[in-house]
Amino acid sequence: MITTEMNPQPALIEFDDVACSYGGPAVIDHVSFAVRPGEFLGIVGPSGSGKTTVLRTMLGAVQPVRGEIRRSTPDLAMAYVPQVETVDWNFPVTVTEVVTMSRGTRPWRAAARARERTEVAGLLERLGIGDLGDRQIRQLSGGQQQRVFLARALAQRPQLVVLDEPTSGVDVRTRHEVLHVLADLNAEGIAIVLTTHDLNGLAAHLPRILCFNHTVLADGSPTEVLTPAVLEATYGAPMDVLIHGGMPVVLESVPQLNLVDVDVTALSSPKPLRRTVLG
Amino acid sequence: MIVAIDLAQPLSYTFFQRGLIVALIAGALCGLIGVFVVLRNMSYIGHGLSHAVFGGAAVAAVVGFSFFVGAGLWGLASGLLIGWVARKRIIGADAAIGVITTGSFAFGLALQARFGQASRNIEAVLFGNVLGVFTSDIWAVVAVAVVAVTVVALLYRRLLFATFDPEVAVVSGVSVNWMETLLMVLLSATILVTVRVVGVLLISALLVLPAVCARMLTNSFRKMLWVAPILGAAFGGVGMYLSWFVDVPSGAVIILVGTAVFVMIYAAVGLGRRRQLASLALH
Repeated sequence: MITTEMNPQPALIEFDDVACSYGGPAVIDHVSFAVRPGEFLGIVGPSGSGKTTVLRTMLGAVQPVRGEIRRSTPDLAMAYVPQVETVDWNFPVTVTEVVTMSRGTRPWRAAARARERTEVAGLLERLGIGDLGDRQIRQLSGGQQQRVFLARALAQRPQLVVLDEPTSGVDVRTRHEVLHVLADLNAEGIAIVLTTHDLNGLAAHLPRILCFNHTVLADGSPTEVLTPAVLEATYGAPMDVLIHGGMPVVLESVPQLNLVDVDVTALSSPKPLRRTVLG
Repeated sequence: MIVAIDLAQPLSYTFFQRGLIVALIAGALCGLIGVFVVLRNMSYIGHGLSHAVFGGAAVAAVVGFSFFVGAGLWGLASGLLIGWVARKRIIGADAAIGVITTGSFAFGLALQARFGQASRNIEAVLFGNVLGVFTSDIWAVVAVAVVAVTVVALLYRRLLFATFDPEVAVVSGVSVNWMETLLMVLLSATILVTVRVVGVLLISALLVLPAVCARMLTNSFRKMLWVAPILGAAFGGVGMYLSWFVDVPSGAVIILVGTAVFVMIYAAVGLGRRRQLASLALH
């Protein structure tokens, strides 16, 4: 396994040889990694590899059957942002109601309610949706929905935000918006862990990636872990990688189709790579 | 003036006064709980629980036990059993409801057929008999309504979170299992104290109609919690009066009033949408 020591600070949360199961065989096994304050970590891997189980275990929704999870404090403030498709967006609530539902009991005192309103308005403003507070959630675009979920997470004042495939099913522009919002939050000191299938559009832009398939196969920066060998071990299929503008670009092959191999030398890659294209 | 006299006339009878009070409060209570039933897609559970309650009511009638204790414990046990079986995931929740509640209902029917002397009491539960309510029925429905309003007011955000997004609610510190159990207990209690108004066979309609009408009238969860109880009470009150004047069982008339209002709102909303689409097409 490739690992890189990136941050010497004490971990917010640390997995130590963790295994989890839902009653049958282990879904994740021998999982060890740590998330430190202010880190931005992406977990990549194929469908069914246990990425979401890692997040759920991190949040305490799944208990390990082996190993240990150490938190910096027992009441470590974590917030979860699920995939946007997990809720009914026709549900009759406003954006402000969605954000405040994570705040616990509604304050009884008028002054406390006013403070809460101001705080929520500030959060929405910070995420660029300050004018949508009274809007019904069914009237939102995909990017706005993701920001509402983020606002609800931030309303819990977390040290660590955990996101499950935040760019799943969104267009390129929305993906950029989400990535920039997350980068801004991370710059403010909030640690972020997310899962993604988007190797080039999202994972390659993150400072640290975990390649995962039931266990951690590689842990490091994109240039360190997005290599053909690691990707083949992770996805079980050959993948080529070229470096473009200092960043790795993963090229997926489709071997079952009628294909021919050609040299790709025209691309601005430091070295010519073999790429498979339709013949 | 003539209308005023006619409306006042049934109120001179104590049984009608009692029936009207119970119908108004039961309608409002069903409207309030119905909001959660509709938004959580629990309509089938409401339907099933009312049938399960019938089994308990039949047992209580046969052994000469208190209706509220017998049917209440039976309904609660059925609700918890459904939740337990569904959580085991050997069979789906809908199948669990189907098996447990219809089994209980069949048991009640068998008791009704076997023990003739208790048959009248059992029939009152089956079809409802709002004009035969006792003072204890009024206190029971008032008590459940007070508890339901208090719970919804105190746990508003937690109930909303657990209803809208249970997965995130769990990891945000909301005990979703506890919220679901609480809603199940409130639903069972609501059915228990309302079942004599409209009967087992129609109660799920009283749970669903005010809430779906409210859903069509507003896009706000908070407003739904006001509009649905007002509509439920209106269905109960108007239904009671109509049943008096047309001499048709009150349970059936209450549901027919609700159905008529639903059809009107549905048609109006559909017309509004068609006009909206037409104006968009013109632009």
